[in-house]
Amino acid sequence: MLVAGCDVGSLSAKAVILEDGSILSSQVILARPEPEDSAREVMDAALKAAGITMGDIEHCVGTGYGRHHIPFAHSVESEIACHGRGAQWLLPGVKMVIDIGGQDAKAVRLDDHGNVARYAYNDKCASGTGRFLEVMAGALGVPIEQMGEISGRAKAPVTISNQCVVFAETEIISLINAGKPLADIIAGLHRAMAHRVASLARGIELEQEITMTGGVAKNRGMFSALEEALGVKIREMSAADPQIAGALGAAVIASRRASG
Amino acid sequence: MIVAGCDVGSLTSKAVILDDGKILSQAVLASTFNTDESASMVMDRALRAVGLSLQDIGFCVGTGYGRDRIPFVSKAVSEIACHARGAWWLMPSVRTVIDIGGQDCKAIRLDEKGGVVKFFTNDKCAAGTGRFLEVMAKLLGISLDELGRLSSEARSPLSLASTCTVWAQAEVIHHLNEKKPKADIAAAINQAMANRVAILARSVGAQKDVCMTGGVAKNVGVVQALERCLDVNIRRLRVDPQIIGALGAAVFARENVRGGSHAGGRM
Repeated sequence: MLVAGCDVGSLSAKAVILEDGSILSSQVILARPEPEDSAREVMDAALKAAGITMGDIEHCVGTGYGRHHIPFAHSVESEIACHGRGAQWLLPGVKMVIDIGGQDAKAVRLDDHGNVARYAYNDKCASGTGRFLEVMAGALGVPIEQMGEISGRAKAPVTISNQCVVFAETEIISLINAGKPLADIIAGLHRAMAHRVASLARGIELEQEITMTGGVAKNRGMFSALEEALGVKIREMSAADPQIAGALGAAVIASRRASG
Repeated sequence: MIVAGCDVGSLTSKAVILDDGKILSQAVLASTFNTDESASMVMDRALRAVGLSLQDIGFCVGTGYGRDRIPFVSKAVSEIACHARGAWWLMPSVRTVIDIGGQDCKAIRLDEKGGVVKFFTNDKCAAGTGRFLEVMAKLLGISLDELGRLSSEARSPLSLASTCTVWAQAEVIHHLNEKKPKADIAAAINQAMANRVAILARSVGAQKDVCMTGGVAKNVGVVQALERCLDVNIRRLRVDPQIIGALGAAVFARENVRGGSHAGGRM
């Protein structure tokens, strides 16, 4: 049986195709201005990679902020539920998912069946979301995907005293002018952001079995800064790209609905 | 007796010289990275305008975020106390002062003697501070003055759903891409600013008379939007609202010299 999940986010779109409980293909693209276009493009890429057509898909679940604009989705599900379901499918026993997206951050607590027990969400303030790192990477003139690697060379991470993206940007400009090493500044930024995300997670009570999803989870510096801030070892999603966890969860839900 | 007040802020430095209870001179300058330098330059300008030198000043009070590093002051007093005292000295009926600076916003409730009863500050989030307007003016490619004036030309004012400066910026870019008139966007920006400040003002009660201090008080669009939000008439002070902190510092300096009951940096 072939099922699919499609996650249309603010910055990227993801698609996953499952065949009898294993991942057949997955794709990530940068989002287009219109969610319909993002959805079609990413799903076409995933179908092509699997060598199948949309007609072969028995059920497709849409998720993400653009989920109501996915023309080929049979049903929709919230990102919260999908991230939880995707994480549990990859890492059975996981009890908490911290998802940092381009424009939001979520902490989701799961029950033993992978259902959402409680969650906290921030999309009101750019601090603690992917945008924070994006703005800082721009100010530092560093490609965002290199931030993790560079921070690994930090000797004495700086303390960033501002939480607000706008104020923190000014702060790091003065740190650059003061001659602080780039690695120390980036490590300081990761700590500041981890602190912010950790408070979100603490708000719904921490679990010991935690994993991280979303594009930011690929940043090694951020990953270890969050471990440090939480005082918990985070389980790594080694079997799949953490960015596709939402689409994967949508596909897992699709397989249940198809066999419904 | 000639006394002075010096207010070194994050973006601008201000100095006021009082002579027998009258404003003799005042100056406003952009701050440099160096607090000493900012303080000396602005004070020098105010002194020179009236042909005085630092030796002529009987007592000088410093305030603002750089207040502890001003070399020539005899005493440092908090900005909160100085804004309250400065506004009250100009208008004894004032009970609420809303001060919007370049990087913060304060709402202060006063008693009938100009003392501080209660206050709230936001310096954690750029929304509701001068920085918000600065970011938006830059985005629209206009000056801060124009941003304030432009909202009165709005035909169908837009609105911003986000509070966060970063997200609001994205909304403004969207409006610009949709070729929406700048005046309609400016109205949305000033309204968003007022909404945020109103939360702080309401938390201290916003009792009458209400006045505004700080550079943003010169932004007509924000002042009018805030009047609508709070449903109150905001009283205009008769001097540049940007110098109120420095004026309050000078008033403290004067009280200190006279040994009056208000002497001291109580707040």
